[in-house]
Amino acid sequence: MSENVLHIDHLTMRFGGVVAVNDLSMDINKGEIVALIGPNGAGKTTAFNMITGVYTPTEGKVMLNGQDVTGKRPDEITKLGVARTFQNIRLFSSMTVFDNVLTARHLRRTSNFLTATFRLNAVEERKMRADTEALLREVDLFDLKDEMAISLPYGKQRLLEIARALSTQPKLLLLDEPAAGMNPQETEELGAFIKQIKDKFNLTVFLIEHHMNLVMGISDRIYVIDFGKQIAQGTPAEVQNNPAVIAAYLGVDEEEGVQ
Amino acid sequence: MSNSLTKKKIDSATIISAVIVLCLYVAVFIAEQFIPATSMLFTVLKKGATYALVAVSMNLCNGFTGIFSLGQAGFMLIGAYVYGIFTIPLAARMDVYQYYNGGLVQFVLPWFIAMILGGLAAAFFAFLIGLPVLRLKSDYLAIATLGFAEIIRALFQWDKLGPVTNGSNMLRLFPTFNDFNVRGAEGQVTVYLSTLVPLLIAGVCIGVIILLINSTFGRALKAIRDDEIAAEAMGIRLASHKRLAFCISSFFAGVGGAMLAMYQTTVQAKSFTTAMTYEILLIVVIGGIGSVTGSCISSFLFVAASEWWLRFLDQKQMIGNFEVPLLRNGFRLVVFSIIIMIVVLFFRQGIMGTKELPDLIRNWQRKGKGKEATSK
Amino acid sequence: MWNTVFPYILSGISVGGQYALIAIGYTMVYGILRLINFAHGDVFMVAGIIMVYMAASGVPLWLCIPLVLVLTALIGFVIERVAYKPLRTAPRMSAMISAIGVSYTLQNLVLYITGGLNQIYPTIPWISDSVTIFGATTKMVTIITPFLTIILVVALVMLINHTKIGMAMRAVSRDFETSQLMGIKINSVISMTFVIGTFLAGVASVLYFTNYTTVIQTSGAMPGLKAFVAAVFGGIGSIPGAVVGAFIIGIAENIIKGLDIILFKAGILSGPVGLATFSDAFTFALLIIILAVKPTGLFGEKTTDKV
Repeated sequence: MSENVLHIDHLTMRFGGVVAVNDLSMDINKGEIVALIGPNGAGKTTAFNMITGVYTPTEGKVMLNGQDVTGKRPDEITKLGVARTFQNIRLFSSMTVFDNVLTARHLRRTSNFLTATFRLNAVEERKMRADTEALLREVDLFDLKDEMAISLPYGKQRLLEIARALSTQPKLLLLDEPAAGMNPQETEELGAFIKQIKDKFNLTVFLIEHHMNLVMGISDRIYVIDFGKQIAQGTPAEVQNNPAVIAAYLGVDEEEGVQ
Repeated sequence: MSNSLTKKKIDSATIISAVIVLCLYVAVFIAEQFIPATSMLFTVLKKGATYALVAVSMNLCNGFTGIFSLGQAGFMLIGAYVYGIFTIPLAARMDVYQYYNGGLVQFVLPWFIAMILGGLAAAFFAFLIGLPVLRLKSDYLAIATLGFAEIIRALFQWDKLGPVTNGSNMLRLFPTFNDFNVRGAEGQVTVYLSTLVPLLIAGVCIGVIILLINSTFGRALKAIRDDEIAAEAMGIRLASHKRLAFCISSFFAGVGGAMLAMYQTTVQAKSFTTAMTYEILLIVVIGGIGSVTGSCISSFLFVAASEWWLRFLDQKQMIGNFEVPLLRNGFRLVVFSIIIMIVVLFFRQGIMGTKELPDLIRNWQRKGKGKEATSK
Repeated sequence: MWNTVFPYILSGISVGGQYALIAIGYTMVYGILRLINFAHGDVFMVAGIIMVYMAASGVPLWLCIPLVLVLTALIGFVIERVAYKPLRTAPRMSAMISAIGVSYTLQNLVLYITGGLNQIYPTIPWISDSVTIFGATTKMVTIITPFLTIILVVALVMLINHTKIGMAMRAVSRDFETSQLMGIKINSVISMTFVIGTFLAGVASVLYFTNYTTVIQTSGAMPGLKAFVAAVFGGIGSIPGAVVGAFIIGIAENIIKGLDIILFKAGILSGPVGLATFSDAFTFALLIIILAVKPTGLFGEKTTDKV
């Protein structure tokens, strides 16, 4: 149960003179739900961007299932089984819900552009479509499959981003503020949903989130960072009672944090 | 229901579209046998077919992948030259390459092979130029590809390459569209094909592009256009997919260049200017960036208007004793420019937006059904 | 050797100065709107045409020059208001297409008015006079161009660094949205940018066409593109960069024009090889190399995309 999925080792990211992430280390094991929390601008998304290859860390290493992936391109890392959603939703705006999810399966193709163009990959294409359909039913978006992605209500767009990420067949799912903009009821449903897909798809989940109820409700462990540095880690109960966390985060941000 | 999804359905709208296109081909074939070959209609169809292919190929890059390339004229030039160089009959070479002692190339390829070779050469150059420039952001890419087209234009006019390219002199006497006509024993034309064949070539090429766009690769390209960062996060390798779109687009631009050579009957590097690229870009914009149907319609309209319907704007016109003001050489292009600016500023969707012919038919079908429902 | 090379360097410096004046318009507009104003070279050409027609209609030359400059600046202002302003919130590709549309329109308008014939540029006294410098005979305009360019650039840099509008320009090019929130009148800043850019292109047109003596609808395309390359070369958004880039390109292309003769006299070539064909192509090869090696140009700043 404690098989290591993601190990980040002394990660540092500097932009010019600004240190966005400072000497950050963490471990995530198979089957866990781990949360990364911290005040705005603490460097959470930057950490995600280093894990997914958007940024190459200034110092440190990212290990995925024991393999060093530091400096690899985002598409390579996704192929290795890491999928993500974005804080500010980034759907393929000209496509339908169905095509958004279908496109995310492109990376698992065996066809090349010639076989695909001349329809010699019909079997594979049919399989991709069947998988997409099954996935959409799973996340309860099937009825909306022919809608344009950007015409969906906000909550559904967040859901679609998760479905699209799942379509890449990840082992590790990174969620960047999945509950942003959701009301308490939707947030609660999202929590249940995350747990459900974790079991269903045999995932490990790593999420950034501000909604403390959600974080405390579903996380096995929590990392807290501030100004790019880790200030605490542990189970939800441990973190909640950690004075450093209360000082840096919960204390000042209670109104927003504990909705 | 689930079956219709897993196997992408070929619905009635797609079939109707295919039938419409087929009918157009039959109509052209019949028209060609009965209407005199000198009719402007055929000029428009031939040049229109050429432009349609080039416009669709540009749309693949600029519209579907979001790579703003302005190298189209350069790739057409390569295609046109390769076609010309390898198809001029040996007997005519002394005449064409008069300053270069008959030229260096002393063999002839069949027109079809030469045309494909033209496309491949263009794609090869696209691959080379793509290595440095495809990493650039949209506007830098535009200017870099534009610059590339200028370099190609200079290179093909270089005196030292004269034995191959004929320097700044024109290539001519290669097979043209008129050679597609079937001739009888005395040289009289028995079956006219000089319009149908170019339309078929363009049709097949555009068909392949449509197949690509609707394949899993086409979806990946659209994903890159919509959001590069999200596409990359979904495992789509940006560099290889962009290169793919760029090379395929250039391949068909090269084939289009070969067609242009056949249409014009001569080729000269200096005519493949930036203005030509701009013209094709504007055709794409008028048709709708991201619509193959739009690019085709707009190509034929553009060619028809510039070669035929609006020609009168370039000549003095008298209504009784009254001379219509403004009409003289060049006025047509002014009218054109104004139309284009109106489209660019106020009708940014162009004729078709991102819709295709089957989408239109589906809309009509839906409306028809809606009416039936309300009448019952 | 020097006698062979010097005339080419001299005309290179001169044409470099003219490119510099055009390049400033590109670099300023790009700095603020992130738009390649493809029509800028054509505005430069239109300035030449206006001069031709104005002089032909009998307006005295001393009055023509200021009138041309004012009219050119006015055209720049109008183009921005009509063709770019409505597209400010549209995707960047739309504005670029609009710029290409404007370029096409200006060229076709001039084609219509002139009938597509070369127009002879009026001979402006004094600057058209021949002079001999270090054994090379040239026009006075060749000598004064670099000096005039430097004076104008210094004036412009002072304007940008020491006036209120200049400060606003710098703010807008740094961060469009924030400047707007801070109450900077974005529209007047952008208009001012276009007015300055086209005014300088007008000055360049007087110098350039005095040297080349004819104007036709396509006259602006090549100098425009080269000036843009100069702006990229120097690091787009940077005025000193654009000026340095323009001089380098001007000199390099003129040396290539004479490279056959230079190399022949130096004993490297035994006969002409027609390298002059590549004087235009060289500029673009340089562009592609620069973009591949250092996309931000000589003086450009690196930017990181936010995810």
